[in-house]
Amino acid sequence: MPSAVGRGLAGFELRPRKGRCGPQAATAAGPEGVAEVAARSPKQPAGGSRCFEAACRWALLALVTLLSFATRFHRLDQPPHVCWDETHFGKMGSYYINRTFFFDVHPPLGKMLIGLAGYLSGYDGTFMFQKPGDKYEHHSYVGMRGFCAFLGSLLVPLAYLTVLELSRSLPAALLAAALLTFDTGCLTLSQYILLDPILMFFIMAAMLSMVKYNSCAARPFSAPWWFWLSLTGINLAGALGVKFVGLFIILQVGWNTVADLWHLLGDLSLSLVTVGKHLAARTLCLVVLPLALYTAVYAAHFLVLSKSGPGDGFFSSAFQARLSGNSLHNASIPEYLAYGSVITVKNLQMAIGYLHSHRHLYPEGIGARQQQVTTYLHKDYNNLWIVKKHNINSDHLDPSFPVEFVQHGDVIRLEHKETSRNLHSHYHEAPLTQKHYQVTGYGINGTGDSNDFWRIEVINRKHGNRVKVLRSRIRLIHVVTGCVLGSSGKVLPKWGWEQVEVTCNPYLKETLSSVWNVEDHINPRLPNISLDVLQPSFPEVLLESHMVMIRGNSGLKPKDNEFTSKPWHWPVNYQGLRFSGVNDTDFRVYLLGNPVVWWLNLASLALYLLSGSIVAVAVQRGARLPAEVEGLTQVLLRGGGQLLLGWVLHYFPFFLMGRVLYFHHYFPAMLFSSMLTAVLWDTLLRLCAWSLAPAPLAGSIHGLGVLSLLLGTAYSFYLFHPLAYGMVGPLAQDPRSPMAGLRWLESWDF
Amino acid sequence: MLEFLQRPVVVTADVNLSVVALTVVGLLSRLWRLTYPRAVVFDEVYYGQYISLYMKRVFFFDGSGPPLGHMLLALGGYLGGFDGNFVWNRIGAEYSSNVPVRSLRLLPALAGALSVPMAYQIVWELGFSHCAALGAALLMLIENALITQARLMLLESVLIFFNLLAVLSYLKFNSQKHRPFSPSWWLWLTLTGVACSCAVGIKYMGVFTYLLVLGVAAVHTWHLIGDRALSNVRVLCHVLARAVALLVLPVVTYVLFFYVHLTLLYRSGPHDQIMSSAFQASLEGGLARITQGQPLEVAYGSQVTLKSASGRPVPCWLHSHQSTYPIMYDNGRGSSHQQQVTCYPFKDVNNWWIVKDPGRHQLEVSNPPRPVRHRDVVQLVHGMTTRLLNTHDVAAPLSPHAQEVSCYVDYNISMPAQSLWRLDVVNRESDAETWKTILSELSGAHLPDWGFRQLEVVGEKLSRGLHESTVWTVEEHRYGRSQEQKERELELHSPAQTDVSRNLSFLARFSELQWRMLTVRSDDSEHKYSSTPLDWVTLDTSIAYWLHPRTSAQIHLLGNVVIWASAGLATALYALLTCWYLLRRRRNIRDLPEDCWLRWVLAGALCAGGWAANYLPFFLMEKTLFLYHYLPALAFQILLLPVVVQQVGEHLCRSELQRSLFGALVVAWYSAACRVFAVLRPLTYGDTPLSPSELQALRWRDSWDILIRKH
Repeated sequence: MPSAVGRGLAGFELRPRKGRCGPQAATAAGPEGVAEVAARSPKQPAGGSRCFEAACRWALLALVTLLSFATRFHRLDQPPHVCWDETHFGKMGSYYINRTFFFDVHPPLGKMLIGLAGYLSGYDGTFMFQKPGDKYEHHSYVGMRGFCAFLGSLLVPLAYLTVLELSRSLPAALLAAALLTFDTGCLTLSQYILLDPILMFFIMAAMLSMVKYNSCAARPFSAPWWFWLSLTGINLAGALGVKFVGLFIILQVGWNTVADLWHLLGDLSLSLVTVGKHLAARTLCLVVLPLALYTAVYAAHFLVLSKSGPGDGFFSSAFQARLSGNSLHNASIPEYLAYGSVITVKNLQMAIGYLHSHRHLYPEGIGARQQQVTTYLHKDYNNLWIVKKHNINSDHLDPSFPVEFVQHGDVIRLEHKETSRNLHSHYHEAPLTQKHYQVTGYGINGTGDSNDFWRIEVINRKHGNRVKVLRSRIRLIHVVTGCVLGSSGKVLPKWGWEQVEVTCNPYLKETLSSVWNVEDHINPRLPNISLDVLQPSFPEVLLESHMVMIRGNSGLKPKDNEFTSKPWHWPVNYQGLRFSGVNDTDFRVYLLGNPVVWWLNLASLALYLLSGSIVAVAVQRGARLPAEVEGLTQVLLRGGGQLLLGWVLHYFPFFLMGRVLYFHHYFPAMLFSSMLTAVLWDTLLRLCAWSLAPAPLAGSIHGLGVLSLLLGTAYSFYLFHPLAYGMVGPLAQDPRSPMAGLRWLESWDF
Repeated sequence: MLEFLQRPVVVTADVNLSVVALTVVGLLSRLWRLTYPRAVVFDEVYYGQYISLYMKRVFFFDGSGPPLGHMLLALGGYLGGFDGNFVWNRIGAEYSSNVPVRSLRLLPALAGALSVPMAYQIVWELGFSHCAALGAALLMLIENALITQARLMLLESVLIFFNLLAVLSYLKFNSQKHRPFSPSWWLWLTLTGVACSCAVGIKYMGVFTYLLVLGVAAVHTWHLIGDRALSNVRVLCHVLARAVALLVLPVVTYVLFFYVHLTLLYRSGPHDQIMSSAFQASLEGGLARITQGQPLEVAYGSQVTLKSASGRPVPCWLHSHQSTYPIMYDNGRGSSHQQQVTCYPFKDVNNWWIVKDPGRHQLEVSNPPRPVRHRDVVQLVHGMTTRLLNTHDVAAPLSPHAQEVSCYVDYNISMPAQSLWRLDVVNRESDAETWKTILSELSGAHLPDWGFRQLEVVGEKLSRGLHESTVWTVEEHRYGRSQEQKERELELHSPAQTDVSRNLSFLARFSELQWRMLTVRSDDSEHKYSSTPLDWVTLDTSIAYWLHPRTSAQIHLLGNVVIWASAGLATALYALLTCWYLLRRRRNIRDLPEDCWLRWVLAGALCAGGWAANYLPFFLMEKTLFLYHYLPALAFQILLLPVVVQQVGEHLCRSELQRSLFGALVVAWYSAACRVFAVLRPLTYGDTPLSPSELQALRWRDSWDILIRKH
């Protein structure tokens, strides 16, 4: 190894270029920078030596990859039961195989790939994935785990190549690979049917292709340049297609691209046309291509999931008409709402349901003691309402009257079909939302009072003033009080059968929870049309599913008194996640970062900020640095800066998120942090060796330092490996436990 | 040294008459008929109650912001001789004669008036023309929303004042850079720091301006570091001076506000319950009365009440009573049928527990008392029923995932008592720490430790980290003396005896108060006049502040439409022009001379940056928002307006003809703004009753909720 250490810099086929946007190229130093970078290598290698270097690099890459695969695939089939979130993602993989529609807050690519892996490996989609701990028995699950482990294993070589590219130093690359290989957290997260290995793979691949493409800056529009640029775009689409967290790597690539273009613009030797070409190429590869791929993923998603399933209720009525097996599929109903129609009214807000009433009164002391009006998520005959004119109580279905359509602005009455009571509101507090008015069912056989009058407003009037089933978004304004019918989304207590509260909101705010659409529509006097003509187009479907996902994501709020993970816990490795098992007789797997690696990362971040600012101030003060140091500081500031930016972008946005957070959200940031650690220590040890240069042993400081770091992480992995590979037996406080004495923090529970 | 003996002392003063004139008109516009209306207007009802509490020196808790703003308003009340006796419960209520309305409203009005000459100064210091500076001030003068907000007992105008002061003093400081470390250099530097901390002290959103000023200062300092003409020591002095004035000083000042606040409010009051027992004990008349003279260290045999530290959903004490859990719950689950343990939000004799050593039988304190230490294993005996606190593997009544907590009743069945609890003193300093009344927070760990939900006490199976709801403090405490049950009951009914007082240090009180203020979750209340940040830029919303009880005279928070529209346009134009200049500079095409460019950038960083910093964060906030939250951002936007106008006039108008046309356009535009001000004036000052048709005519937007009486 020491020989590789010493010559790490020299052996690289892409020689340092003119240095425009290369992350570590000395842009500021100009042409001298090239010489300096070259000068860092202790001796100019001869041709044969260069060959040897290249071989060495490839051999190390192979070794690192092999080790990574070996650790990730070791005991992959253990435990043979559902672990943690496998219950979600395995289930969703099954949905793809069964082609039933479902809803999830993440974009579909990750789950599609899991489903595909399952399909190819012979899994038939019949396992229920009901809860963690369920035995797989005869079902074939290793294929899906193997796919995730495969992508998880690739993280290590990707990190190796990225660091090699950024620092031009084999020891640094080796160190980065070791930190990730020997991290129990990355290992655990890679071994199960989860989205994280897929997401991290795309993030790292995007990072690597970005760095590679930066290195091609000297030969723009060449084949490798195009290759890496479009590969970056493809990986960005992949990352965003798995989870919205992929947005962070997009930000990083975006920032890099803007900085790159800025440099090109400032290069007066380039004509504006050339700069324009650069801009066009990047727009094509980093905007158009990813967007097209991302859309294609959704197209495939909707194409595959063509059957009605558990996700229907989250989507609008018009959307549901697409799904075979749904009651709206291939149905035919009258197109426009007329007086006398029997309808169901659905709220546009997700998970609110249909306007509903039943033969139960509001209890004593809660508003007026009249019939309850709620919303209900399931289809039920109590959801049916008859549309009547506000002042006529005749039967509109009588053929002697002409058919009259309901128009925007009409004042109507809604009569509950089962109980013949009118939708009613008045100046009483709503049961849960006290600032709103209560909504009740009132009157006998359709005869009530003026508090039963509602003005119907169609919001999207592009279809004319009539109310079109499924497509028209309507609001119901109470005529007397001027409030708008809506649902608060709060669940009523026992007396309300745990259905959702309906209120009349005096603040006429434009919110989805006060907008409704007509779903079922029965009127024998009108001709039926097939619902297929009302089906939304693909862009509408795409837009709607994104709205639903965003709302679903922000709806994941932590409940009071729930133990939640805080972002500051993560870098400290404060608390892990239990993947499987609780008691000493269980097979226990615990997601926890290797504390040695993580605390080294944490210390390195502080050290990096310190050394980075010292170097930056020194440069700003105009200190003349020797050529060798100059090259090293460039690596530290530019290469390290890229990685630090990656860490910042993948970590700090979580502080702003209101949703429930989990420990595993930190892992993409952890990848960047580990690579930064590798670059930092390699550079610092080199600086150390340089400053002690005349002293004996100074030359070997670097080699010894890196070696001890490698061995240290390897040993800590040996200590903590039971966390990832699973352990049975007493808990850590028992001296007979395999983890005895290793519970360094009280908050770890294994 | 003795120079003044040789030369006469001469004072020369440059008086800029425009500043004087602007101050005068500013004062006129803000102070005119200040006591009208003599009624509670909008949020005065909210601030007023705190002023009253300051007057009465009663502690209160307000999570909405730091105390400086409230204290400044209270200062007005103090100077006006307000005794605090007024019931602030209804908007529109007439003030009684003891409320000094003028002095209460004076301070915000003065701050609002001084913003006018300060706008002039800032634009002038930025290096723009006298005309542009005058324009900024005149726009500030006729902005209806700023006037409305400044004339009432509200805090936005004070916040804007300190925001502008921070920017102005930084600019003054920056213009002294050729005379570093001179007295005026120090003066403006420290003033910047103090103004920043005052802004933060009034409302948390002052932080945005503080960060902006810090950012600009950091960039300037970075250039200074790059100045190789300066020696290293000199650079270090520069950096240190800035760090002290802009980082240390604001923090110290901010803490000082809290010091004054806590010194002023020493009596216990309505919000005591939110604070910890230790904090409450430091207030006069509250818990202090109960806890005075309690023994400090809890010993075996001590009688204690245990209060849940989280105070959510309500503060409550660990409680038990004779009733037992029902054998069968409604949903068919079984229970242990043992004595109920709950968390009870009222003081009760059943809240007393006795700390018992599991190894001994005695229930009184031995002599000398044996203190209970961290990690000791104890039993807790319920005072009135002498049953042991117990938990076991039975699902809790409402949270089936957790264990039931009961007082053990020996039914002689196969359910052994599991009544040993290990004490974890959470805020210990060393492992040998003894358990102290009030000061120690502890979490009982059985093998489980425990939490509660909805006043239900449950044993959490696993100690998954520490959560506030699993932490309890001893509130009342005395050493038990009697061994007999009868005597003990009598003893429990008697009030705890007292004589020593115990004080929390100021820093402990400060950190507790600040922490609670930041973490208290106010429930999202819907409000009729709440709005979203997007509504603000287009002035799509208004707030009705007050309506005359009989006539249709009313006060509305409404902006000067012309100013809002043109300020928005100017911001967009600034961004576009800057992008254009930047791109062209990159290609080495210099449209502007270098000093002109630097001036343009600095003006943008402070004014456009100030607007963005005070506006954009609201998109991330989840609390209820109102139009007045936009006013600080608007003030910065108004500063940007004349800057952009001057730039367009000087550099974009090529010919003399264009320039004069543009000048005429500016004059016409300003007259339009004045016209709008005059038209909206009745709604700003609320002094002229308008007829329904006039009001209807003023409703330029459907979303403006102008109140029209139906007769």
